[in-house]
Amino acid sequence: MNIDSIQNGIVIDHITAGQAMKLYELLGLGELDCSVALIRNASSVKTGKKDIIKIDADIPVNLDVIGYVDPGATVNIIKDGKLVEKKTLALPQTLTNVIHCKNPRCITSVEQELPHVFRLTNPKEKIYRCIYCETKAEE
Amino acid sequence: MRSLIDILDLSVEEIDELIHTADDIISHPEKYSEVCKGKKIATLFYEPSTRTRLSFEAAMLELGGSVIGFSGAQNSSAAKGESVADTAKVVSCYADIIAMRHPKEGAPYVASINASIPVINAGDGGHNHPTQTLADLYTIYREKGEIKDLTVGFCGDLKFGRTVHSLINALARYTGIRFVLISPEELAIPEYVKTDLLDPKGIPYTETTDLEAVMPELDVLYMTRVQKERFFNEEDYLRLKDSYILEPKKLKNAKEDLVIMHPLPRVNEISVAIDDDPRACYFKQVLYGKYMRMALIMKLLKEAQA
Repeated sequence: MNIDSIQNGIVIDHITAGQAMKLYELLGLGELDCSVALIRNASSVKTGKKDIIKIDADIPVNLDVIGYVDPGATVNIIKDGKLVEKKTLALPQTLTNVIHCKNPRCITSVEQELPHVFRLTNPKEKIYRCIYCETKAEE
Repeated sequence: MRSLIDILDLSVEEIDELIHTADDIISHPEKYSEVCKGKKIATLFYEPSTRTRLSFEAAMLELGGSVIGFSGAQNSSAAKGESVADTAKVVSCYADIIAMRHPKEGAPYVASINASIPVINAGDGGHNHPTQTLADLYTIYREKGEIKDLTVGFCGDLKFGRTVHSLINALARYTGIRFVLISPEELAIPEYVKTDLLDPKGIPYTETTDLEAVMPELDVLYMTRVQKERFFNEEDYLRLKDSYILEPKKLKNAKEDLVIMHPLPRVNEISVAIDDDPRACYFKQVLYGKYMRMALIMKLLKEAQA
């Protein structure tokens, strides 16, 4: 299968196979006008299979979202058909309005304008907790 | 701006400092009778509470300050749809410190990041109630002389009891503390308290369903209420409820200097026949709570001025 290489845009590579759709949704890529290619189960030397997302526009992407979903992914910035920057990711310390608190007793359940903020409390086990009620984020 | 949202916002050293201030207030109340003259506490209670609100108000009045506030969301601007953030900003223009109780978890934290004055969490749903924990710690200190080398039993509803989780969190920072967790299996301590706190710190604990069997080991017994609505069926509730009611006969093998505590309100989980036993400390606990709130108000106001 061939997907044209992009001139100016972003390639999110080395996404753990199966995670691209989640990233697509959390990054709001469905709302973009430009071409977006989502490749699932591409072959990978390192892991056997991987997902790839190509965005054919130089737009800002929320690196925290990518770091949260898949810290092993890489973000390649392409300009004039060339790789100009390769960003490696880590688990972000905080997540704002990426995931929502599902605790019905949390203040965010009644005050809609409050940002949903989660803090990384256990990097080893990738546990994020709501800053208001401390409820653990659900994957 | 320094606020108190979670008991862990205070270091052990700061809690020691509050304890020593509270001791001094008890010994020399006259020294403190005008410390907060001209200062106002706003008690913003979005749900009814008798003891906690009155305790904050009594604390401020004894420090020579005054009190404004409301009790019940229907009596506040929340009934018109005002956000907690806006209320905190508005009240910052009127008062010097806020004590807030709210049924939603995290509401006092929202207030603290929006207010320009200190905010004390006076209970947010089933989440935190740090000044109850200060009252509990001070009670243990007053009755035992120090918070060290104690076997502390928690009995009743250990699953939903916010006071239990907060106190375990706070006591886990002291040396030589051992926990005995006494509850029906349905209301046992949540797994995360063990896996996130007790196990990593190597704090010894035992779990049991039998209060009488462990009674001789205990230095402190913290009772909580087993509520009927926590059970899936009435049969289980009826079978278990009496096992966790403290009656004089169950104290037969207890230590002479056991400290019996309860966050109150009590319904029937401690028989009134125990009230006259010198080991019953739950009403003293209320009094100690007021002194700790006095010490806390003074500390936060002082830091806000600095």
